Amino acid sequence: MSGVINEKKIVLGALAIIAFATVALVVLPYMQLKELAAPESLKPYTDQQTLGRKVYIANGCIYCHSQQPRDANLGPDGKRGWGRPSVAADYVYDKVHLLGTMRTGPDLFNIGARQPSADWHLGHLYQPRAYTPGSIMPAFPFLFEARKGPAITGEVAVVLPPAYTKPGVTIIATQDALNLVEYLKGMDHTYKIKKTVKESFDKLNDVSGKKETQ
Amino acid sequence: MQNIGLVLLLAFGFSVLGLMVFIWSMSKDFFGSKSGAGANVIFGAHEIGLVEDPAVSNTSELQHDVGDTDASMSVQEIKDRQLADASSALPAFAWITGGVVWLVLASLAGLISSIKLHQPDWLVDQAWLTFGRLRVIHLTGVGYGWSSMVGIGVALWMIPRLLKTPLIGAKYALVGALIWNLGVILGENAIAQGYSSGMEWLEIPSQIGVLFVIGGALAAIPLFQTFANRKVDHLYVSVWYIGGALIWFPILYAIANIPGLGAGVQGAAMNWWFGHNVLGLWFTPLALATAYYFIPKVLGKPIYSYNLSLLGFWSLAFFYSQVGGHHLIGGPLPTWLITLSIVQSVMMIIPVYAVAVNHHMTVGGNFKAVIHSPTLRFIVLGSMLYVAASVQGSMEAIRSVNQITHFTHFTVAHAHLGNYGFFTMIMFGAIYFIMPRVVDWEWPYPWMISAHFWLVTIGFATYFIGLSIGGWLQGEYMLDAARPFMDSVKVTIPYLQARSVGGSLMLIGHIVFATHFFLLALRYGSSKSEVVLGAPLIDKLSKKKAKGA
Repeated sequence: MSGVINEKKIVLGALAIIAFATVALVVLPYMQLKELAAPESLKPYTDQQTLGRKVYIANGCIYCHSQQPRDANLGPDGKRGWGRPSVAADYVYDKVHLLGTMRTGPDLFNIGARQPSADWHLGHLYQPRAYTPGSIMPAFPFLFEARKGPAITGEVAVVLPPAYTKPGVTIIATQDALNLVEYLKGMDHTYKIKKTVKESFDKLNDVSGKKETQ
Repeated sequence: MQNIGLVLLLAFGFSVLGLMVFIWSMSKDFFGSKSGAGANVIFGAHEIGLVEDPAVSNTSELQHDVGDTDASMSVQEIKDRQLADASSALPAFAWITGGVVWLVLASLAGLISSIKLHQPDWLVDQAWLTFGRLRVIHLTGVGYGWSSMVGIGVALWMIPRLLKTPLIGAKYALVGALIWNLGVILGENAIAQGYSSGMEWLEIPSQIGVLFVIGGALAAIPLFQTFANRKVDHLYVSVWYIGGALIWFPILYAIANIPGLGAGVQGAAMNWWFGHNVLGLWFTPLALATAYYFIPKVLGKPIYSYNLSLLGFWSLAFFYSQVGGHHLIGGPLPTWLITLSIVQSVMMIIPVYAVAVNHHMTVGGNFKAVIHSPTLRFIVLGSMLYVAASVQGSMEAIRSVNQITHFTHFTVAHAHLGNYGFFTMIMFGAIYFIMPRVVDWEWPYPWMISAHFWLVTIGFATYFIGLSIGGWLQGEYMLDAARPFMDSVKVTIPYLQARSVGGSLMLIGHIVFATHFFLLALRYGSSKSEVVLGAPLIDKLSKKKAKGA
């Protein structure tokens, strides 16, 4: 019995196992899903929405908010107004996926449909508790500028509930805040998924299920 | 769609069968004629029965716990071991010190994040202090700072002892520690400034992440050089775990950073392939390698079953590598992928059983030694929590349980049971053993070891129990359509507060530990000579010298 064989077995065994896992969890899903067509009603992100998405990533919104309403048999997501169960095709324009794993706050996949008002979003980002009592979402004052005096033309002033305003102080949204709100408002996946999209997905599902065993 | 289940089942059956044949063939090789020899390779020729724990203040007491013995080491063996320990001292010190500093900083970031969840208007004016950034600073700091650095440091220190060969090329590992540390510093800064990649566990931008690949490769050079020049025939189980981990991590990290792989839902599959493998194929093997060395070494008693450890290693690698999809149960991903991960998650029972039986049977009957040896106290607790974390993980992958725990703090508590209860506890134990040998000095204040142990144990129990209950309730409230969503937030508040209390105790424990660590490094207190290899050994060594003279 030689030690060399043992070393080879460890290295080759380790490589074979990681290769198997990589094929199953990375390569096959990639092959299966890379050509998936976007639903007709889903529009690519605008430049401003893309910038807003960066603000969403930079500030870690994903650590409390998912973007994946589930089927009715898994939870009352639909009843909470979070939308129909999402499908893979809904995400084709997402350059980095933001599915999320926590729901410390609600799912945001259709927040644009639930809250279409930019004023609401801006005020809520500035002080969540002004709109949702008991909310534990952080306030994001650093996305705003508090100024004594009125807003200059072209600037967007935040409309807050009276209890949260200070006399003479105007809260002005930064470009980051405006971009983020543009992204959130665009989060609307309430369009119907055509049968064809669903079918093509199921078909793909079937094919790769067989591939898996080859 | 219906035959997917059958096809999957067949594929799964074949892979398990293949694995069994593989393990069987391995065990034939290892144990054909020299059954059991593998477990003894970490001891000297007549050393079995002799305790070793440089962290104890009274070695004879520990020896008495295990049973008095005539076992001894030859003068040459002791000299060889001193040489082995000296060869790894500097690089091990560099990696471990980096880890300890990151532990304190990252726990502080974790505690502030925890408090923010029940004090959402606290520290909100600075962008870098917002929850979504500080939480990532915490995770990156404990993952890439503390866990990775201490894991590599402890592995570097064990290698010369496992291979009975002085470490060759220590300077590469030393440079590697500096580069890795630079990677963590730059990575944390990038996250603080908002340059996160957006994917969990992979937030550090690839341009900085490349430093981990370079630093890790530099640490691997001495490991493989020593490997090639080793003096032992048998490769002890810890060597497989270390070797596996060092092969796996660079591959995982490099593939995960390929541009474009994070896009679409297939990006989520890749994300959790990485996210769970960094635990299963990087942290877990490093900690198991550590437990497999120190438990038998402190007790002077070979591991119970070498065959079981073999089964444990290969089944861990095989099953653990495919569980990532269980983070996406119910998500918009192909059913086959998620089913595969659920099945393999449940199969994790096999490797966990192997480790549990092996460690329990080795420690069994020596619980007094566990009390007296600081090293064992931490490592045995860590081993027990490994079993708990893994069984819990298998349960959480089952759909009906996952339905409740997914998206809740219950998962966060589980993650800490793994990375803190298991990994970190084992590393604490290893550091208590290693550092006196690295610095050639005894731990100056044994009470600080006790204080550290009780602070982190009570703190962590508070953290884990509190957050698990809170997370479970959160999940149940969320599933109850009759309750408004806000109920699922409000119900967690007292438990989030409990988590902050537990987290504070843990942070205080870490400060005590780090202070003691640096006092030792600066050689405070009065060293006793017995620290060199333990009192009985030195006695025997001097007796032999006297005889020889």
